[in-house]
Amino acid sequence: MKIIVFAENQDGNFKKSTFEAVSYAAQIAASNNGSVAAVSIGEVSNEKLAELGKYGADQVLTYTQDNFKTFSGEAYSKALAHATKNLNAELVIVSNTYSGKTIAPRTAAQLNAGIVSGVISFPEYSNGFKVRRTVFSGKSFADVAVNTSIKVLAITPNSFNIVESAKSAAIENMDAGIAIADIHTTSVEVARASGKIPLTEAELVVSAGRGMKGPENWHMIEDLAEVLGAATACSKPVSDMHWRPHSEHVGQTGITIKPNLYIAIGISGAIQHLAGVSASKVIVAINKDPEAPFFKAADYGIVGDAFEVLPKVLEAAKAFKSAQ
Amino acid sequence: MKVLVCISNVPDTTTRVSFTDNNTKFNTQGVQFIINPYDELALTRALEITEKQGGTVTVVNVGLAETEPSIRKALAIGAHEAVRINAEPIDAFFVAEQIANYAKSENFDFILTGRESIDYNGGMVAGLLGEMLNMPSINVITAIDIENGVAKLERDIDGGREKLDCTLPFVASAQKELTEPRIPNMRGIMAARTKPLKVVEPNGSQANTQITSFELPAPKGACKMIDVADAGKLIELLHNEAKVI
Repeated sequence: MKIIVFAENQDGNFKKSTFEAVSYAAQIAASNNGSVAAVSIGEVSNEKLAELGKYGADQVLTYTQDNFKTFSGEAYSKALAHATKNLNAELVIVSNTYSGKTIAPRTAAQLNAGIVSGVISFPEYSNGFKVRRTVFSGKSFADVAVNTSIKVLAITPNSFNIVESAKSAAIENMDAGIAIADIHTTSVEVARASGKIPLTEAELVVSAGRGMKGPENWHMIEDLAEVLGAATACSKPVSDMHWRPHSEHVGQTGITIKPNLYIAIGISGAIQHLAGVSASKVIVAINKDPEAPFFKAADYGIVGDAFEVLPKVLEAAKAFKSAQ
Repeated sequence: MKVLVCISNVPDTTTRVSFTDNNTKFNTQGVQFIINPYDELALTRALEITEKQGGTVTVVNVGLAETEPSIRKALAIGAHEAVRINAEPIDAFFVAEQIANYAKSENFDFILTGRESIDYNGGMVAGLLGEMLNMPSINVITAIDIENGVAKLERDIDGGREKLDCTLPFVASAQKELTEPRIPNMRGIMAARTKPLKVVEPNGSQANTQITSFELPAPKGACKMIDVADAGKLIELLHNEAKVI
């Protein structure tokens, strides 16, 4: 079986979620006597393209025409579908990032493929084709059967390990023959906060709620996050009051995340919030209310005022980091 | 301006999820259903645009008769007319195909959906619809204006924000910041009763995927409490015991 995997890059660098996706595809290929072709779109150095072999790609197909200079769901999905048809691939893997989510459905529609997003398991072949995904914003899992010959899976970042293998991938230049007239969007400006870890990909997350009393106290959260190398997040009330940008809001109507560590400070743990974070591997709750529902969902808890607890945790984190 | 907003009918965010029929069906007993919050933002923004520039907003839902209270609420918020495609929304592909079949002959200037539904979280309908209708699709938009026949949009990207222009027609999916939800007033609620709600039968197309069973996450073990005086010990436990830092 041939597997196509979308190797997403940002400014010419592959993302961690890309290596997860390639590793995921390689493991499926290994158990099916299959092969993996990674599709890279836009300008990436040959050295970096070859690196995809390290995670199990047998082949790298690269699309570098002018139409791919900025992201467009129309052009990128056409390239991915082009590669799939070209190789007669049966499975297409993308990471469930913002870009991945944009192109996955368009690719599926072009290939008449069944699509599952939010995938958190390897496919099960014993009785047709099944994968597990999260539903109800993490409140539950669902097993989904796919009955089309071509399948598209959008896998959740931070759900699968990066696995190294010693393959060397052949690089091949491709052209999907996309005309300028096929693209209806024009990118005007891209603004990224430099040096910040994207929340959806972060392994460690420090998050806070109304217990912080106001946006002026957020430096305490940012300090702890910086020392730990974590991303920052917040609860819904905090983003509703514009203390923090909405892009930091985790929960049922915000972002669902799956870090290794989630530290919740001054967040009570409403069901909607827990939905977005309950898949985290380890949860720490810090709250002055011993009855806060978060303690029922947490692995570690400290009952205490954030302003008393945080300096102690920060000091210990600094000592720990400098000792490393 | 002729705008289509796709709405889905979802369990309220406070719902405690459970299942019936040997974990194959979502238990709707005692569950309050609402318009998917992102779809409601899409609807509100569509109304703001058509109120300023003239035009009509149609809402479409793929669902059985039980979704009509949500559709009526969309009309109360201000949508001009509604269409319900009378079918169980089996998967994203099925839903998108039904909406595409309906929208094909209607010449909408643009189509909005929510970023994802808060029940199945697929986030796939906007992209599928875009491809099926041969239109661009822009996901997770936080701003939209139509100026001189061109859409000016902002969307969330990984770790940032992108401003982009797009020609009409197009499909876009609403993110939280797009606008503030609008609460229907009494006049809107009264007017909604007589606004047109057309029911059309589904057109062919079958689902490509099917949920075979659900499972609730395993309950967490006991929470290990750390004394506040000893709060710094947390770091050591996270390193030596939990092994996450």
